[in-house]
Parts: sequence; C-alpha cells; structure tokens
Amino acid sequence: MSTETMKKVYSIPESLRNRPHHYCPGCGHGIVLSIVGELVDELGVRDRAVGIAPVGCSVFLYEYYDFDCVQAAHGRAPAVATGLKRANPDLFVISYQGDGDLAAIGTAEIIHAANRSENFSTIFINNAIYGMTGGQMAPTTLLGQKSQTTPYGRNPNTDGFPVRVCELLNSLEGPYYLERVCVATPQDRVKAKKAIKKAFTYQLEGKGFSLVEVLSQCPTNWGMSVLDSVKWVKEVMAQTFPLGVFRDKGQQK
Amino acid sequence: MPKVTIREERCKACGLCIHYCPKGVLGPSEKFNAKGYHPTEVKHPEKCIGCTICAQVCPDQVFEVYR
Repeated sequence: MSTETMKKVYSIPESLRNRPHHYCPGCGHGIVLSIVGELVDELGVRDRAVGIAPVGCSVFLYEYYDFDCVQAAHGRAPAVATGLKRANPDLFVISYQGDGDLAAIGTAEIIHAANRSENFSTIFINNAIYGMTGGQMAPTTLLGQKSQTTPYGRNPNTDGFPVRVCELLNSLEGPYYLERVCVATPQDRVKAKKAIKKAFTYQLEGKGFSLVEVLSQCPTNWGMSVLDSVKWVKEVMAQTFPLGVFRDKGQQK
Repeated sequence: MPKVTIREERCKACGLCIHYCPKGVLGPSEKFNAKGYHPTEVKHPEKCIGCTICAQVCPDQVFEVYR
C-alpha cells in the first residue's frame, strides 16, 4: 500500500527544521528536541513561542527549531526569559539549559528566577558531565564518576558533592512545578513528554515557574556504548538523582 | 499494513530503535550513508505493527510511521 492512502501516526514535528543536528549518536538532547517540537505543535503556540538556547551542547538550538530563538550568555537564560516574558507576557517562553549552564555558572539566575516564580518553562538537561567541552566534571557529576578533570573519580573532599537542582529549588516558595524525568526508555520518554506538557500548560495558564529536569545519556563523554549509557541512567544515575515529582502546586488541594 | 519510512541520510546508527523495537523489524544496513554510519533499515517489514516506538526513541528524527 502506498503511504498516501495510510494514516500517518508519527510525523516529524513541524516546529523542527529539516536539517540534521550535531548531537552525538544516541544523545538524549535529540529526544528532548523532538518532545519539545511535538508539544509546541500540539499546543498550537508556534507563532508566539520563543526558545532560549544556552551555552553548551544545545547552543545551536536556534538552528533546529522553526520558531524564534534567542541565544543567551552562559547561564543567563533565566534572565533573558524573565525579560522576554515581562516585556511581552503573550510570548510562550521555553528556556532550555544544560547542567554546566544551569547548575554551574547560572546557579544564581535560576534560583532567583524560581524564587520570583517567573512565568516561563525551563527544561534542564542533566547528563552529569560537560559535554561540549569534552567531558570535564560538572557540578552534577556523580561521586566516583570519572571525567577528564576527575580521572580517579569525583572525590567529595576536593570536588564537593553532586548538586541536586530539583531538591534545591524545592526549598523555595516560588516554583509552581518541579519534576525529574529521564529519556532512557520509550516508557520514560512518554513520562517525560507528559511532564514537559504539564510545565507548558502551567505557563499558558499563567501559574508561574516550572522546571523539568531530564536525565540524559551522554555515551560519548561517559565512554560507553549507547545501550550501556541508557542502562547507566536508569541503574546508577537515578540513585543519586531520584526520578519523580518534587512540587506540583496544581495538584495540591 | 503498518509501515515506517527512514531518512537514512540523518541516521547516526546509535541503535536505540533496533534495541527497543518490540518486533525486531529493524536492523543495521550493510551500506554507508554520507555521514559514514551504517543507517538503520527495515529488515522485516511484514512484522511491523506501527507502534511508533522507533520514532519516539530516535534522537535524530529519522522515522515516520504510517498505519
């Protein structure tokens, strides 16, 4: 049967441009890229969506999305998002940050944006390493995990402990919605899409700050095969960064 | 019969689709694409049930699924 007479049950999101991206094979960024594209299409907000690209692996976000994007200075995506949203509240603002961007150089910005409960959605990709620069230790690197700058494993005496961003932000009054998900298996991908959709819906309802942390595999810099890396996310990384909803004011009675 | 289409030139041969396909429809191709990878190809089209799992786990937006 030719494809013209069949029903298309999965099509490439219209919010994505037809150009190949630079992510390594098996990278979780590509999956989250699809999820966000699908949701922008589903919610019909493409004409007023603004994506904010961070510095890091996802720096070329504006090349891949077919809606407006801004590239923020390192770690300053929440500040740019605040400005955009306050100047034009009709915009649909998606701030997309990695762990080097959000949890290291941009810690101050994210904490204060969350504390003010600015009405935008943050997607935080946590792969426990600095991907773009070649695998140095990130604040989220697990204890004992080897990286370029911790060749004998992360040592808490000299390198500190992994930063748990959801737990950290959960101590504030401001955030409306905080959840940690991963994209290691198809089931997790469904949960991740649900979580990001919830964050986007809360923004459209004007509820306030929401953040979805996505544990993402980085096979290249972890020095693993793709299948080992998705297993590692589920079995090792999720021990330090437990999955689940940390705050959902929409569910509270 | 359900059918998947593959944009082979985008595939980076990460193997997630092959691993997660519940029916073993997909497999690596013998040939190379322009990037130098062995792209995924449909090995057993008759087994496909159109579940879209390959399209969902693909980081490179390679698949479209028809049913």
